[in-house]
Amino acid sequence: MSLRIVVCVKYVPDATGDRHFAEDLTVDRDDVDGLLSELDEYAVEQALQIADEADDAEITVLTVGPEDAKDALRKALSMGADKAVHVEDDDLHGTDALGTSLVLAKAVEKTGYDLVVCGMASTDGTMGVLPAMLAERLGVPQVSLLSEVSVEDGTVKGRRDGDSATEQLEARLPAVVSVTDQSGEARYPSFKGIMAAKKKPVTSWDLEDLEIESDEVGLEGAWTAVEGATERPARTAGTIVKDEGEGGKQLAAFLAERKFI
Amino acid sequence: MAEVLVYVDHVDGAVRKPTLELLALARRIGEPVAVSLGSGAESTASALAEHGAVRVLTADAPEFADYLVVPKVDAVQAAYEAVSPSAVLFPSSAEGKEIAARLAVRIGSGIITDAVDLEAGDEGPVATQSVFAAAFTTKSRVSKGTPVITVKPNSAAVEAAPAAGAVEALSVSFSEQATGTKVVSRTPRESTGRPELTEAAIVVSGGRGVGGAENFPVVEALADSLGAAVGASRAAVDAGWYPHTNQVGQTGKTVSPQLYIAAGISGAIQHRAGMQTSKTIVAVNKDAEAPIFDLVDYGVVGDLFEVVPQLTEEVKTRKG
Ligand SMILES: Cc1cc2nc3c(=O)[nH]c(=O)nc-3n(C[C@H](O)[C@H](O)[C@H](O)COP(=O)(O)OP(=O)(O)OC[C@H]3O[C@@H](n4cnc5c(N)ncnc54)[C@H](O)[C@@H]3O)c2cc1C
Ligand SMILES: Nc1ncnc2c1ncn2[C@@H]1O[C@H](COP(=O)(O)O)[C@@H](O)[C@H]1O
Repeated sequence: MSLRIVVCVKYVPDATGDRHFAEDLTVDRDDVDGLLSELDEYAVEQALQIADEADDAEITVLTVGPEDAKDALRKALSMGADKAVHVEDDDLHGTDALGTSLVLAKAVEKTGYDLVVCGMASTDGTMGVLPAMLAERLGVPQVSLLSEVSVEDGTVKGRRDGDSATEQLEARLPAVVSVTDQSGEARYPSFKGIMAAKKKPVTSWDLEDLEIESDEVGLEGAWTAVEGATERPARTAGTIVKDEGEGGKQLAAFLAERKFI
Repeated sequence: MAEVLVYVDHVDGAVRKPTLELLALARRIGEPVAVSLGSGAESTASALAEHGAVRVLTADAPEFADYLVVPKVDAVQAAYEAVSPSAVLFPSSAEGKEIAARLAVRIGSGIITDAVDLEAGDEGPVATQSVFAAAFTTKSRVSKGTPVITVKPNSAAVEAAPAAGAVEALSVSFSEQATGTKVVSRTPRESTGRPELTEAAIVVSGGRGVGGAENFPVVEALADSLGAAVGASRAAVDAGWYPHTNQVGQTGKTVSPQLYIAAGISGAIQHRAGMQTSKTIVAVNKDAEAPIFDLVDYGVVGDLFEVVPQLTEEVKTRKG
């Protein structure tokens, strides 16, 4: 039987752009260019490698996000995923992690899955909690923060490099995994891949399709409230000297003045 | 006063510093009740009591070490049900965040991650977060359920505040999911003897400019002269010059030391995300246009192989 892989990918504002908040204190997604979160490219890459090893596999990429989030799906399709699901609904605006995990869980179940692959964290929210939440909601094992992953005979195995130890983990499918940016460079879409992606199916679902009430998500339904956002004051310009042979000593004098030595 | 549940991060009974910081924050919003799990849990009690824990709930079972995360979620949930706390605090470690995330789903509560400060508010605790690579500071609160909040290391000063810290055994029955993910093996990381990156008062980091693993001792020597931790940029880590555990930045560690010294690091946004909130920033880079110079209190434009060894010598001389 075919191995059904669902990869969760997020469309995020470009980190090198000028990211800011909209008036309602949600992340402003209108004025900044968006893209497939770089950390989710690693998830797509590992899914592609797992699929290559399997006799028969099908990869669906899934995103919850605004209209433009289709760009993220296209990118993943051009890397080699087979089809895409886009969950889009005006009532989703302002949804927080708990709400997003609910929507993802419903969408993953509706798609049908043996393995869900996530990135380690989104590059805008950087919470890194969704994979755990998704596993909790789906009631399946969580094999997270892997720098190495493989699937064999219905078992997913992986290596988790933690702060105090490296662990080898193992779970039976179905399962949710997340992979880190140590898992291996993501491939670039080939020209052929980009052309092929244009013909791959993208299914759109709204909240009704997923049987989710609008008050369970969005800003109204959010479990958290942002009360204020202030821009960090720019650091005041420091002293910059050119090394003329005494740079190390000058630096030491500065450190001594600041009482570090 | 309302009780606040604090998840204890410890290594065989030795409480890690971020947990002591959590106790200081918990005392601002209520009375800390600590939950300490796994081998050595009971030996954490005296340190926790000294820092304000009124009670210490402990549980040990092989499941905590043999399976990933879920057994601990079961235990924290049991503690939550026994205590009915007004908030639950976790350290922002990988494991702390995952336990917090699953607990939040189970108890139907909102979650805030990576807080850098916490204070009491009219409608519950208000958390400060640093977002968009530390370009913004936000204040948030949990608006539904019992606030579940994870806090970054170095967010508060450790405070001595003796309290009863009575040890109570926590009874835990494991859920069906508890044994879902097996930890087949665990290889502990060897200690370098240097301070913990996220806890250090001074961090010295090297980047691509260091040029190779064989040159990192230049960075290490400066770090050792200052009693500092060693960090690295992703470029240096990806090149295999330094371990990933030492990476500073978006996908590495966030550090907020008193002093951060960057040697041969350009200062890309993803690197800045992990060090921008350092109190004093110093850089050595041979490119005067490197973006890291926008952040510095003091910068030297020059070759790090000239400047850093000279600095190290000068530090040693001055320290005598
Ligand atoms: C999703 C994502 C996550 C990322 N996460 C991280 C992260 O966590 N941490 C991180 O650091 N990066 C991260 N990056 C990578 C980041 O974008 C940069 O590529 C990286 O920080 C560059 O490292 P560097 O400054 O050491 O190298 P470079 O940008 O190549 O800079 C090297 C610098 O060294 C200087 N130099 C060279 N020789 C000398 C010398 N002899 N003396 C003095 N100076 C010298 C050069 O002038 C240059 O400025 C991430 C990127 C992405 C896309
Ligand atoms: N809106 C979303 N749509 C699809 N996947 C998401 C979304 N948000 C987060 N994810 C997935 O969850 C991972 C962790 O995200 P986070 O917990 O937000 O840091 C990401 O790397 C994605 O794989």
